[in-house]
Amino acid sequence: MIRSIKTRRQAVLVVCYGVIAVFMVFFLFPPYWMALTSFKTNQEIESLKGIPFLIQQGATLKHYQDLFTKTDFLIYLKNTAIITTLVTILSLVISVLAAYSLSRLGFIGAGILGTGVFLTYLVPDTLLFIPFFKIIGWLGLLNSKWSLLLVFPTAIVPFCTWILIGYFASIPRELDEAALVDGANHLQMLLRIFLPVAVPGLVAATMFAFTISWAGFLYPMAFIFSNEEQLLTVGTVTTLIKGDVYHWGGLMAGALLACLPPVLLYAFLMDYYISGLTSGSTKA
Amino acid sequence: MAQVVLKDLNKKFDEVYAVKDVNLHIRDKEFMVLVGPSGCGKSTPLRMVAGLEEITSGEVHIGERLVNDLPPKDRDIAMVFQNYALYPHMTVYDNMAFGLKMRKFPKPEIETRVREAATLLGIQELLKRKPRQLSGGQRQRVAVGRAIVRHPQVFLFDEPLSNLDAKLRVQMRVELKRLHDRLETTVIYVTHDQVEAMTLGDRVVVMKDGLVQQVGEPMELYSKPRNKFVAGFIGSPAMNFIETTISDASGALYAETAGLRVRVPAERTSRLAPYKGQAVTLGIRPEDLQEATGGDPQDLVFEALVEVVEPLGSEILLDTKVGTQTIVARVDPTVSTKHHQKIRLAFVPDRIHFFDNKTEQAIA
Repeated sequence: MIRSIKTRRQAVLVVCYGVIAVFMVFFLFPPYWMALTSFKTNQEIESLKGIPFLIQQGATLKHYQDLFTKTDFLIYLKNTAIITTLVTILSLVISVLAAYSLSRLGFIGAGILGTGVFLTYLVPDTLLFIPFFKIIGWLGLLNSKWSLLLVFPTAIVPFCTWILIGYFASIPRELDEAALVDGANHLQMLLRIFLPVAVPGLVAATMFAFTISWAGFLYPMAFIFSNEEQLLTVGTVTTLIKGDVYHWGGLMAGALLACLPPVLLYAFLMDYYISGLTSGSTKA
Repeated sequence: MAQVVLKDLNKKFDEVYAVKDVNLHIRDKEFMVLVGPSGCGKSTPLRMVAGLEEITSGEVHIGERLVNDLPPKDRDIAMVFQNYALYPHMTVYDNMAFGLKMRKFPKPEIETRVREAATLLGIQELLKRKPRQLSGGQRQRVAVGRAIVRHPQVFLFDEPLSNLDAKLRVQMRVELKRLHDRLETTVIYVTHDQVEAMTLGDRVVVMKDGLVQQVGEPMELYSKPRNKFVAGFIGSPAMNFIETTISDASGALYAETAGLRVRVPAERTSRLAPYKGQAVTLGIRPEDLQEATGGDPQDLVFEALVEVVEPLGSEILLDTKVGTQTIVARVDPTVSTKHHQKIRLAFVPDRIHFFDNKTEQAIA
């Protein structure tokens, strides 16, 4: 049977879209379920009748109201925003300097150190939190959100450094050399030439740092006990699961709201991430 | 304006010498070209002058200053890179102004200098564009512009034309030469292209394996190569090398091989006498072989089988076979011959080179 290129191409496209559709359903179902449950009344959530995939007994904003008025959700949100912002900035500053020196300065042992940095990332935090608990205790930071400023970067910095080493390697060395010959010192070159060109790599690292910090669960769970210092992830769960009673509506409302900042950040940064900013600098 | 002196300069990467015992005196306002095949270590001395490469041992002087330990920014040099290395996030204007800004020049001065350089290079219209909106030739001009606005003591060019297409390369070559005439600045220029080296350089340094092979004016390298490498590297098509044995008969010396017997010119016999009975390499440039006329002495003439004819319009290149050796001759376009035909060729006697087979040095 002879098939034209066009029909074969169409067949491939159908398969592609089919696969994408399956993935879409798979990944979008949880957020859909979250949104759905958060707008349902408690009676409907607990009811075994009707179709669970639709709201049939009228939507309500009560769960959102309760979240803001009857829980410390806003405190958690504030804490998380502060910690995530600071952790992201701190981690990026350290990672950029580390990645730059590891990839460009070519000092003795740079290769081994680079591998070492990556290996530290491979140690799971479920092992690390026990010694960290000791250290944080010594520092007198238990039950303080600031402890997370020290702990979160231990996982974020190695990975971001690794991402950035990879990205920096794609920036032609002549670019820094040109800046040095042009009269810049290393810091000026880094700030005015190198980092503007490395924006896509920085965006990738920022997204990673932000997500890890925003979604961190184990460390706040282990180190923070009081509501005033707690973060969104742990706070929402501990407040809205009382013993064996799950306040599903509130939980889902809290989870949905907690998802929004990362989603907005991704949407905003995606353009920078994709556009290749180095084009035109060199021949290739 | 300044001279550049390299003294006993060495560069080791791991245990390999990229540059070995290089001594060069580049005069004030001189256009000095470093040429050699890729990987010969010609870029490394340039980068050492720029301060981008640490010096293993030796000294680099710019002007009267020893610059070994100075960072690039304090050496008063400007460099143009092979891949241009323009700052992609800046406009052409900002690219050119960057070095001046770093040196805290007043704004009006920066403006004047950038416009001046842009006019000189014919890129006034492009000042507001970003590098990605430029063609290869335009980018190269911007890279040159970025170097000249600073009025440095020394220009360093690292294969600046290698990424351009052939036609543009020839055009930019002429422009660079003109620019040097105008700016009267010391230039060190690295290339692997011997044509660029010959046409641009006041003097040329031929390098191989990190060693300087010969330093001299272009025509000197061409007519008096010091060794077999320089002889083969400079000139296109390359010099023919013919394996011969020196013999003597009736008071004269002859270089012989199967199908060819050529008399050593009288003034060369004393230098070649010690090689009697030994193998030496005879070198002859394609243009120093001509179609034999009846008037040529018989001991300078040989018969060759034409294998390939390459008519270039102004001349014809003949790939010929003599015995087992291939010899290229560049003859007048009036010569009529076809492949598989035999042709009689004559040596221009005072253009014959001899090289010692062991040392590869010229016997002269």
